[in-house]
Amino acid sequence: MRMINTLRKVRPLQLILFCTFAFLYIPIIALMAMSFNGSHSPFILKGFSFRWYSVLIHDTRVIHGLINTLIVATGSTILSSILGTLLAVGLHRYTKSSALNAFALAPAIVPDIVLGIGLLALYALLSVSLGLYSVLLAHVVFSMAFVTAVVKARLAHTDKYLREASMDLGATRTATFMRITVPSLAPAILAGALLAFTLSLDEFVIAFFTNGPTTPTLPIVIYSMVRFGVTPEINALATLLMLVSFTAVIIAQRMTRPSEEQ
Amino acid sequence: MTSPVKNLIEIKNLTHDYGSVRALDNVSLEIRENEFFALLGPSGCGKTTLLRILAGFETPLEGSVTLAGQDLISLPANKRPINLMFQSYALFPHMNVGQNVAYGLEREKLPKAEIKSRVEEVLKTVGLQDKVKARPSQLSGGQRQRVALARAIVKRPKLLLLDEPLSALDRKVRSEMQLELKRLQLEVGITFVVVTHDQEEAMSMADRIAVMVEGTVGQVDTPVDLYQRPATAYVGDFIGESNFFDGIIVPEGIKHASLGVLPGNRYGKDISGEAHLLIRPEDLRLAVSGEHSIPTMVQDVQFYGGASTLVLSIEGRSAPILMSQPGATSAQRGALVNLTWDPLKAIVLPRDSRRSAL
Repeated sequence: MRMINTLRKVRPLQLILFCTFAFLYIPIIALMAMSFNGSHSPFILKGFSFRWYSVLIHDTRVIHGLINTLIVATGSTILSSILGTLLAVGLHRYTKSSALNAFALAPAIVPDIVLGIGLLALYALLSVSLGLYSVLLAHVVFSMAFVTAVVKARLAHTDKYLREASMDLGATRTATFMRITVPSLAPAILAGALLAFTLSLDEFVIAFFTNGPTTPTLPIVIYSMVRFGVTPEINALATLLMLVSFTAVIIAQRMTRPSEEQ
Repeated sequence: MTSPVKNLIEIKNLTHDYGSVRALDNVSLEIRENEFFALLGPSGCGKTTLLRILAGFETPLEGSVTLAGQDLISLPANKRPINLMFQSYALFPHMNVGQNVAYGLEREKLPKAEIKSRVEEVLKTVGLQDKVKARPSQLSGGQRQRVALARAIVKRPKLLLLDEPLSALDRKVRSEMQLELKRLQLEVGITFVVVTHDQEEAMSMADRIAVMVEGTVGQVDTPVDLYQRPATAYVGDFIGESNFFDGIIVPEGIKHASLGVLPGNRYGKDISGEAHLLIRPEDLRLAVSGEHSIPTMVQDVQFYGGASTLVLSIEGRSAPILMSQPGATSAQRGALVNLTWDPLKAIVLPRDSRRSAL
């Protein structure tokens, strides 16, 4: 009886919301469910199994791609966190120009394909041979913009007199930056870094353009596997990737909550 | 108690601009050792600029500042024996109370044991010894201010600057902190310079006050002297409640266009031409018949328990006259009363175009 009552209370807008969520998450849930299906075919359910996960970790192509991706993601995250933070602090302190702000954030909005072609053209112009490092640098270009955006938002909420207070208490400029500016921005830097990491992890288009032939990243490996049909092994891989991305994004969101301090 | 007065800070001919705006115009001031000094004025009068120059965050265009005889302007902010308590307190959000207070001492590279004992001692002084581990976000406004104060005085500066120290607190905490600041100043023996726009705050705490007007110093005096013997009509108007009459100077006071001669005290000043007469509300009283007086009508009676204020009007004058009396008053709204005053307490001042709108 009670269930019927609650169902009756669902208003039209709530129904739309419910449908939206269903639309968004049913494919993902289906994919996760399939990854635990023991059968080879998605049409036959053969009971719960870790079989495809086992196949996955014994697939050298996948492992190779994963290692490449981790190298790119880790490297580009570290670089873009440092550069993005410095850019955000510089923009916040020394400019009021909205054009300059827009320029700094543009790589996050520019279509990947444009960025990919542009970078490829640049590498060709400079006669740089392609490899993991060229992907890594390409990823820094757009993930730096994300870090900058997150850190800048945090800067707008911090007390602008913290720096002066630190100097007033006898700190040098360097000590002030290392002990006051960076730590007070730490949650935002970490959130930006997690975003950068997850974006790099599954980035395909730019990596496709700027990568060398012998060092495919995981998305490129998956792409070449899918061309011969979706195997349950890919479902397992996608489930794992999603777990990592979800965790990172949730942590990042918690860290950027403005309410936690002051 | 008759030790010779020594100047700690000497400010000479200080001038500073922000773009095309003159923030300070040839300011000279002396601040004495162990004094509670206030820079008082409305916003935009240059008091904050002066504070920032003392702290080392602005370099003046012209002029000199010395501390105990030594040039201050060439020293960067982090090398000055001066600390500033910020209006926003500027506590470091990622550090707890103890770390905030210890920060300045760590920058001096003092031994750990000394830092620990000095932090404990100062937190005890401000009554926060049980909050060492708390984050600034977990403290109330009054507690944050105490941390900011502790963080500044733990460095044992020669001069402590306080930027609008009480403005962020609610009324009750504010009066508590007023007493607290005064007690602390006596206890730690540091010269305090407080910047405020609130004249009550300045009057109740400071030993001496500099009233600043449009980038210049209008008058430097004790609170009582500022109130009783303002040097200009602007200062007289800014400090406390006042009644002003305008007229032409005559030997016994001023000659008002419609009220005739109003007697007042020139305090030996040489004034000619147009002048103002300032009478404080408590110096006015109801006249008995036969005395020299001015006729007024009671517009409103405000009773505050300990005292009452009569708001009176004079024909042909838009500004009301305020008169205060101890206790309750029998005056009724609409009644006609004659006012008089002691000519010695009414102050004759030269015409001042800057006297705020009346």
